[in-house]
Amino acid sequence: MKKETKTINLNFGPQHPAAHGVLRLILELDGEVVEKIDPHIGLLHRGTEKLIEHKTYAQALPYFDRLDYVAPMNQEHAFALAIEKLLNIEVPIRGQYIRVLFCEIGRILSHILNITTQALDVGALTPSLWGFEERETLMTFYERVSGSRLHANYFRPGGVHKDLPMGLSDDIFSFCENFPKIIDDLETLLTENRIFKQRNVNIGVVTKKEALEHSFSGVMLRGSGIPWDLRKSQPYECYEDFNFKIPVGKNGDCYDRYLCRIEEMRESIKIMKDCIKKMPTGPVKSIDGKVTPPKKKDLKNSMEALIHHFKLFTEGFRVPKGEIYTAVEAPKGEFGVYLISDGSNRPYKCKIRAPGFSHLQSMDYLLKGHMLADVPAVLGSLDIVFGEVDR
Amino acid sequence: MGLTIVDLEKTVNSDLTTSIKTSEIIFNQLILEIDLENLYSSILYLKTNDKCKFKQLIDITAVDYPKNSKRFKIVYFLLSHENNLRIMINTSIDEKSQVPSITKIFPSSNWMEREVFDMYGISFKNHPNLKRILTDYGFEGYPLRKDFPLTGHSEVRYSEDKKKVISEPVKLEQAYRNFDFESPWEGTKYIKQENNKNENKDK
Repeated sequence: MKKETKTINLNFGPQHPAAHGVLRLILELDGEVVEKIDPHIGLLHRGTEKLIEHKTYAQALPYFDRLDYVAPMNQEHAFALAIEKLLNIEVPIRGQYIRVLFCEIGRILSHILNITTQALDVGALTPSLWGFEERETLMTFYERVSGSRLHANYFRPGGVHKDLPMGLSDDIFSFCENFPKIIDDLETLLTENRIFKQRNVNIGVVTKKEALEHSFSGVMLRGSGIPWDLRKSQPYECYEDFNFKIPVGKNGDCYDRYLCRIEEMRESIKIMKDCIKKMPTGPVKSIDGKVTPPKKKDLKNSMEALIHHFKLFTEGFRVPKGEIYTAVEAPKGEFGVYLISDGSNRPYKCKIRAPGFSHLQSMDYLLKGHMLADVPAVLGSLDIVFGEVDR
Repeated sequence: MGLTIVDLEKTVNSDLTTSIKTSEIIFNQLILEIDLENLYSSILYLKTNDKCKFKQLIDITAVDYPKNSKRFKIVYFLLSHENNLRIMINTSIDEKSQVPSITKIFPSSNWMEREVFDMYGISFKNHPNLKRILTDYGFEGYPLRKDFPLTGHSEVRYSEDKKKVISEPVKLEQAYRNFDFESPWEGTKYIKQENNKNENKDK
């Protein structure tokens, strides 16, 4: 007698707690084994690139907070760098240090969220409760410096919006002193945990070659053993001044990627401490009045400052003709901005290269032959945030 | 470290001679302009050549220039980890021509090409699954073309009468206002003297 097999189709999401946002997966299952995955994305598509073409450069910046909303400043950074290169202006050294400091805070913000929610997906509740408390502390640092916990709009072309308020660097430093203890606590919950290892070791294995062919970047690439980090290989800002290591995985599975993220947080803490110790004095944004707005107190007694202020907040600054691609090492991987300027005060074209887009694309190939229960585990370790995938 | 960007330009120019229309280095990135016919072979060359080793495709995008006879410019970004170099490949095409899909060379180009198709309506030859990706199910038009209005053509809302979500043409209470603040005002080129003094003090 011939036995007939039939695959069943399962709809996963778009409203599902393990979908990390609004992801819809059409799964083709043979029993419990995944045969094919068809991700449907775009449910959070807001037309960011189109909107940016209709805004001045300063108005376009806040849209970058809304891409990867768990590490907003890293996105702004890429856009600000692109504009600065086209304008050929330099950021004062204090401004650069502050940027590095907040980029690393962003990296920790993102990695805490990812590690703890991945643990949540495979059944551990406590890490997320512990981790989110720390995230809250970090977000108060965001708030103190920019006035807002998430949508900071703090990195501006030419520097940062304002200098650090009094006492903030001391508070960040004391956070850096305490945080390694929290990482240790998280590790005692997860690293040697039997269930966590069973769910993650040898799941979603990516070889070196495949990682390259699928356009992986960031932890996805390093987890597979490729030592590639834009902070080291194509240093931007003042990352050359800092001494840090790049954690690299061996097996390219979900567990190695988790370990990489843990180690990266420790390295970030090192950079942050170093940064605060070495923090130079001086201006935090370019002194070119044609790009950065004047000080509030100058507005009262300087005609030129008043004119600059008026022109910057109506017309905005104009960027010389040209095109450029700049990339930064965002927590999730290579975040790039391709900017074309036609010489006016608005970008002619702004293409955003989000790391999550190519990571999510590889779902089908990563999960073929895995069990249904591995889908959330792999999805968790890909570190997907829909703000940046859908744009 | 292997090649520098200047070496790379020489190597690529001597190996691809006729395929390359122009090549220039801007901001430490090599920008090549290549004809549509030679696009596929050139990308294959860049990936497989022992010297270039552009093993990773970073992104694909297009730019719309409605006034040009060849309306779109397709841009490919490649990265070589071994040489630590980036390259941009530009190809100009008109609205009707088809671009060869490079999914055989880089599997990750699948979604990127779908996105270009979705946003600009550029079609790719031999693409395994050329469907819309980011826009809504049943969406019409190509949003990133310059002639597509910012507000779009249709909007969705929940209809109390029909008890379902319906799509209808956009009704604006007020027409979209495009403020043109650009003035021919040039201003001065100097940076304020006082600030220069401050800068000197820091040094």
